Amino acid sequence: MEDIQSKLLKKSKKAKLEQFGKTISFIAILFIVVVVVAIFYFVASKGLATFFKDKVNVFDFLFGKEWNPGSVSESGKPLVGALPMIAGSFIVTLLSAIIATPFAIGAAVFMTEISPKLGTKVLQPVIELLVGIPSVVYGFIGLSVVVPAVRSVFGGSGFGILAGTFVLFVMILPTVTSMTVDALRAVPRHYREASLALGATRWQTIYKVVLRAAVPGILTAVVFGMARAFGEALAIQMVIGNASLMPHNLITPASTLTSVLTMGIGNTVMGTLENNALWSLALLLLLMSLFFNIVTRLIGKKGEMK
Amino acid sequence: MIASVGFILTVTGCGAVDNGESINAVGSSAMQPLVEAAGEQYSSNHLGKFINVQGGGSGTVLSQVQAGAVQIGDSDLFAEEKEGIDSKLLVDHKVAIVGLTPIVNKEVGVSDITMENLRKIFTGEITNWREVGGKDQDVVLINRAAGSGSRHTFEQWVLDGKQPKGSQEQDSTGMVRQIVSTTPGAISYVAFSYVTKDVATLNIDGVKPTEDNVKDNKWTIWSYEHMYTKGKPEGLTKDFLEYMLSDEVQEDIVPQLGYIPVSQMQVERDVEGNIQKISK
Repeated sequence: MEDIQSKLLKKSKKAKLEQFGKTISFIAILFIVVVVVAIFYFVASKGLATFFKDKVNVFDFLFGKEWNPGSVSESGKPLVGALPMIAGSFIVTLLSAIIATPFAIGAAVFMTEISPKLGTKVLQPVIELLVGIPSVVYGFIGLSVVVPAVRSVFGGSGFGILAGTFVLFVMILPTVTSMTVDALRAVPRHYREASLALGATRWQTIYKVVLRAAVPGILTAVVFGMARAFGEALAIQMVIGNASLMPHNLITPASTLTSVLTMGIGNTVMGTLENNALWSLALLLLLMSLFFNIVTRLIGKKGEMK
Repeated sequence: MIASVGFILTVTGCGAVDNGESINAVGSSAMQPLVEAAGEQYSSNHLGKFINVQGGGSGTVLSQVQAGAVQIGDSDLFAEEKEGIDSKLLVDHKVAIVGLTPIVNKEVGVSDITMENLRKIFTGEITNWREVGGKDQDVVLINRAAGSGSRHTFEQWVLDGKQPKGSQEQDSTGMVRQIVSTTPGAISYVAFSYVTKDVATLNIDGVKPTEDNVKDNKWTIWSYEHMYTKGKPEGLTKDFLEYMLSDEVQEDIVPQLGYIPVSQMQVERDVEGNIQKISK
């Protein structure tokens, strides 16, 4: 009798295992949270030093047009205007997203609605393959193919926002496409059936029902693609020309936050203004990726299919 | 039984592979090939002693040396020239000299240029190759990243304190050469060792960019390759630095990789750029 009682009251082996698993997951999550907080703290403490320690005006930093942290202007202020890079980053990101979106939606519609067989067998692996190519390869192709092409078609030296846009377009296309595919697949089957039962053609169903229902998912995909484009460093650095000048057109050298950051960080001494200014750029990048994250969350929440 | 276990422990204890010593030599990517080659040679001559060589830029490493994080900091610049470094803490070891030359795209049609015109090109006063006797072609400036050693050296000896024109910047010498060789009208500058037949060099005021001209300072665009240590070097660091200055490295590896041995210089230059003849 007692035996049975104690057996029943004791935790079973499976419950113990579950407890064990829970603890491990919790520790893992806690670790990730600590890492994220630590990164934020580190970047923020370094990045804010520009404003607190070196007394740079935040507005001068965000809207100044001259970037030359090593020297000072005539009025004695350090030249740390980040507007050229901020503008460069936003322009390439927006342009590449604008070009990539229609391609991605077209490909996704083909893969899910028009030819699912070909889609899963051929296109899906191809797209996944594109994701796996290292960005230095994209950069090198950009340097040896895209830049000369831009130069001979549009003039200039070829380096600039246009070349950057083309390279980023190819880089974010797979991300946006595969996420759009997921969004389209998530549209319930009975939507399509109901539409077809009402006598709608296939095109009407795709255009008026499936795509409409998937809008939040597609938007999420685009924002994700933009986040990737915004944070891409290596490939864009190879083709954009890295000149800290305000972009006046698409074919003169410009720069992005990431390209300036990666080029400069090894050449500066920790704790100096030059170094802190670069960390401020890093902080800006971090805040932007936070922003992109929040946007995707908001879109996802708003458009939940019930 | 216990005795035999004890015996095994002592044997393995004594016979444990000597993990050896290692030091880190980090810094300037321009010096990386030289230090790597010398480090490898040194390790193969001295078993169990390793020299870890890494690139990453002249700037960061000086603060790392100062903080004691690495033993040797490779730099193209005098530590005095970098802000935020207390150069009194560091000891300078000049191990080689590197000459820099302007390189241009082969099609620009210019092979000789005056120092003044070269300066005007980099400050943006001259924007077409026609103005210096070349083809009617726009000048495409390609600079190295701000703060890089090569850029500093070039601007110090060519620009004469004038502000460079804002232009394209590239991170690495290899990339610069690649871009100059494929972009019409491009001009940039690289170390002598990076010159290949894909690009053309420019003579300045009739002086050719050769090692002999650097040795007597006829060709003025050159810099020392420094290895900085914190305080006087000791142990392996000291041995390795001595090895860097030994004949084996200076007469073999240094010229092979396109650098100029310190011992062959006929002049000496200090931080301010004052030139002194070395009396022999």
